[in-house]
Amino acid sequence: MWRNVKCKYCFLGQIIDYYLLLLYIVLLHLKMSSHDRIDIFPSRMNLTIMKTRLKGAHKGHSLLKKKADALKMKFHSILRKIIEAKQLMGEIMKEAAFSLAEAKFSGGDFSHVVLQNVGKAQMKVRSKTENVAGVKLPVFEHYEDGSDSYELTGLSRGGEQLSRLKKNYSKAVKLLVELASLQTSFVTLDESIKITNRRVNAIEHVIIPKIERTISYIITELDEGEREEFFRLKKIQQKKEVIREAQEKVRKDWEKEKEAREVFASIPSNHVPSMLDDKEDEDLLF
Amino acid sequence: MAASRAGKLLAVIGDEDTCTGFLLGGIGELNKHRQPNFMVVEKDTPTGDIEEQLRLFLSRKDIAIVLISQSIADVVRYVIDAHTDPIPSVLEIPSKDAPYDPSKDSILRRAKGMFSAEDFR
Repeated sequence: MWRNVKCKYCFLGQIIDYYLLLLYIVLLHLKMSSHDRIDIFPSRMNLTIMKTRLKGAHKGHSLLKKKADALKMKFHSILRKIIEAKQLMGEIMKEAAFSLAEAKFSGGDFSHVVLQNVGKAQMKVRSKTENVAGVKLPVFEHYEDGSDSYELTGLSRGGEQLSRLKKNYSKAVKLLVELASLQTSFVTLDESIKITNRRVNAIEHVIIPKIERTISYIITELDEGEREEFFRLKKIQQKKEVIREAQEKVRKDWEKEKEAREVFASIPSNHVPSMLDDKEDEDLLF
Repeated sequence: MAASRAGKLLAVIGDEDTCTGFLLGGIGELNKHRQPNFMVVEKDTPTGDIEEQLRLFLSRKDIAIVLISQSIADVVRYVIDAHTDPIPSVLEIPSKDAPYDPSKDSILRRAKGMFSAEDFR
């Protein structure tokens, strides 16, 4: 019945998921095609700041990658240990169950006695933390606390089997504590590996491209500014040239006029040249 | 209860023989509310009870490890899979009628793909 209901919603859910996915892809595309960079003013100082930041991001990326590799190695070694320990545990449990059957056979059914006489636990565990590549892994350490509360059980019959049974089970408990501590560190490592990988990918695919886009934006803006400046200077030079030529032309015209006036001024109206004038004659050169 | 502050307990969910064995190993305790840290599961114990007890063990602060028979673990697989905290850790143990089957173990399934079948020979 539960499965039928699930199927109905399954189909509707699938349609909704499809549309949500489509919407997400469209939004992502829009975001990507616009300028997805950091909003800062394009100056030379900011360019240097961005370059430094890029270097920092590259360094952080390689460090995190190393951390992820170290964690992965530890993860594999723990996994191998877990597999071994589980094999061992299977065998020890078999042995313990067998000795239980033996004890029951010779000593009768003591389960009720045991289940009723529960008081304080003798076997307890303490948790410590172990540091691996910056990740704190919990580790269990087992210790005995107090005396055996089942000392008097089995005194009537089957005592030897019972004591052997107790030993077997306490051995099993010790192994199980180790196994549990391996398992917790396994789970913790798994989580931290996922987080580290997520961060590595984020830096590689989001942060570094963003900074690179910002840097190329600043460089384009600066280049454009230079070109504008260059063009502006050229235009100013041209204008100055034109103005200068115009001024030159005016000056020349003015000078010609002045000369012409002087020439007219230096010639008196009734003057006829005679030989008796005290005027110097030009030298005759032959 | 100074001892329980420094040390944490193991809990057991299993059939009568499993529980008896482990209690003889010395892990059984009744806390101040007379709540035990073990549960005996028979063939006719309802799944809801098992699930409730397991969730109770998982939420208790003084229990660090929960031992559960693999056959019972199969019944409440979804609770174990949903439990992703490292502490308390859930350990699947074989019962006397069902030998240990690593392919059903929740923890090993999380690392699926990281080891091959020959590791289990």
